[in-house]
Amino acid sequence: MTFFYDTWVIYRRQLRLALRNPAWVIIGLAQPVLYLALFGPLLKPLAAQIGTANAYTFFVPGLLIQLGLFGALFAGFGLVSEWREGVIEAERVTPANRAALLFGRVLRDLSLLLVQGIVLIALGFAFGMRGSLLGMILGLVLILLLGGACSAASYALALTLKSEDALAPILNSIALPVLLLAGILLPISIATGAPQWLVTVSDFMPIKYLVNALRELFVGHVLTITTMWGALWVLLLFALGIFYGTRTFRKDNA
Amino acid sequence: MIHARGLARTFDTKRGRERVAVKAVGGVDIDVEEGEIVGFLGPNGAGKTTTLRMLTTLLKPTSGTATVAGFDLAREPVKVRKAIGYVSQSGSTAGIARAGEEIVDHALLYGISAGQAEKRGKELFDQLELEGMWARQPKTMSGGQRRRLDIAMGLVHDPKLVFLDEPSTGLDPQARANLWTHISDLRTKLGTTIFLTTHYLDEADALCDRILVIDHGVIVAADTPDALKREVAGDLVELVLASESEVATAASHLSKLGTNTTADIDGLVVSMRVQHAGAELPGLLRALDGAGVTLAAIEVRRPTLDDVFLTMTGRSLREDA
Ligand SMILES: Nc1ncnc2c1ncn2[C@@H]1O[C@H](COP(=O)(O)OP(=O)(O)OP(=O)(O)O)[C@@H](O)[C@H]1O
Ligand SMILES: [Mg+2]
Repeated sequence: MTFFYDTWVIYRRQLRLALRNPAWVIIGLAQPVLYLALFGPLLKPLAAQIGTANAYTFFVPGLLIQLGLFGALFAGFGLVSEWREGVIEAERVTPANRAALLFGRVLRDLSLLLVQGIVLIALGFAFGMRGSLLGMILGLVLILLLGGACSAASYALALTLKSEDALAPILNSIALPVLLLAGILLPISIATGAPQWLVTVSDFMPIKYLVNALRELFVGHVLTITTMWGALWVLLLFALGIFYGTRTFRKDNA
Repeated sequence: MIHARGLARTFDTKRGRERVAVKAVGGVDIDVEEGEIVGFLGPNGAGKTTTLRMLTTLLKPTSGTATVAGFDLAREPVKVRKAIGYVSQSGSTAGIARAGEEIVDHALLYGISAGQAEKRGKELFDQLELEGMWARQPKTMSGGQRRRLDIAMGLVHDPKLVFLDEPSTGLDPQARANLWTHISDLRTKLGTTIFLTTHYLDEADALCDRILVIDHGVIVAADTPDALKREVAGDLVELVLASESEVATAASHLSKLGTNTTADIDGLVVSMRVQHAGAELPGLLRALDGAGVTLAAIEVRRPTLDDVFLTMTGRSLREDA
């Protein structure tokens, strides 16, 4: 099947280039690590108020989401510079499967995300996080689905706009509300004193359900309503992202 | 090999607030037979790249049809892609990759084995004078070297039809001559059909069996280089004089070099088209010297695309571009 082979060729090339310039991989990881080191200690005394036994077990899932969301969401910038160098057209003029051009890149992002996620969890343990290993593994799977959705959508948007200047405001206007309304840093719930209107608004943020699901998974509550909602939402996002991405890459004159 | 009918492309762009439709290519007919080398000549913005991008399946035509390498462009794009190679005007490799890896990966997407790709790639590196650059990062290569890498990318799978978009921009004269040899070798040794765009008449002249001239998205002439050149008589010799009083003398000496033309006078500048100007120049300079004419400058221009265009359409290429 040429789809799998082409995906593999693109993936290998992308991974090689990413590893040759690991600065981005490291910068991507530095952000959550800094949050862990500099923001984590502030959460510790609040653990009881938030309603958790261990501040880090509460905090690391949010950071993982941040990692999956932001790293992947900004993947499109790389595609714009590839476009400018003529790489995309050079690939599109070959008989390569169009979707493979997307999937090879998404898989590269997911590989990096997986490594970053494992490093972050390991660091979490070093800081004193405790929890269910199975839950964490399942949590990572959900993060990969989220990352896949974001990077596919980001690539599609980049291929349509072909300009960093057009891409940046759109991505930022998605990223910021998500960061604030999904309860990534602090929980948004009545129990911890959030105003009702803010809770209501955040209820419309699909990522919030994923954050909640991840927190449940990390403490070992695998099969609950919360984790099911999280998984459902992330699967939906994944399907949408992949659909949008594939459709854009298949268009004749993207 | 290429048969296009009424191929057209309009772009929707924004000019300030209002939307305007830019007619990049306005219905061209193109016929290229197997084994031909055809040049596509035109000024900036004429629609060369747009036409090539349509013929290579990268851009959907607004209207018109084409068969490329025996397959219908709209219905069998994958088969078209398999048969053709394309060297774009604007590069094809990532700066931080390695030249050889880019070549091999590109070939893999055509379904060629890695071993075969490396063998053919290295052969092309030798022929295009890129020896020792296999492991180089394109960003560290000079403009001309990177251009030749692009050309190797487009040829690595030995396509039977190659589209080259301004292959020689940025190449020094020696590299350009070498490229010309390589391109004609492709035809003689592999029977490759070649469709290339250029701004240079000498390039089209040296390489092409036929030339299509395009302007404002319309093909304005299609002929052999010889036939086109016949319409432009010789090189343009321009004498810039030091003083007004010597203009007439200079003009009469210059006019002697033509059979039925006379020199044009424009202020201090005297100019005329002269066959084989290079050979005539020493004699002209001696004669002017003998007549006591002092030259401020002298310039000889070979017939350019602009001149062909001027002769053919009665207006300059750049006048209202
Ligand atoms: N993507 C695009 N969107 C809008 N207009 C475009 C686009 N691509 C090309 N054009 C317009 O179409 C016209 C033809 O462009 P094209 O690139 O085909 O010219 P060209 O003959 O290749 O010129 P050059 O010699 O400068 O390479 C130009 O006016 C250009 O501005
Ligand atoms: Mg062009």
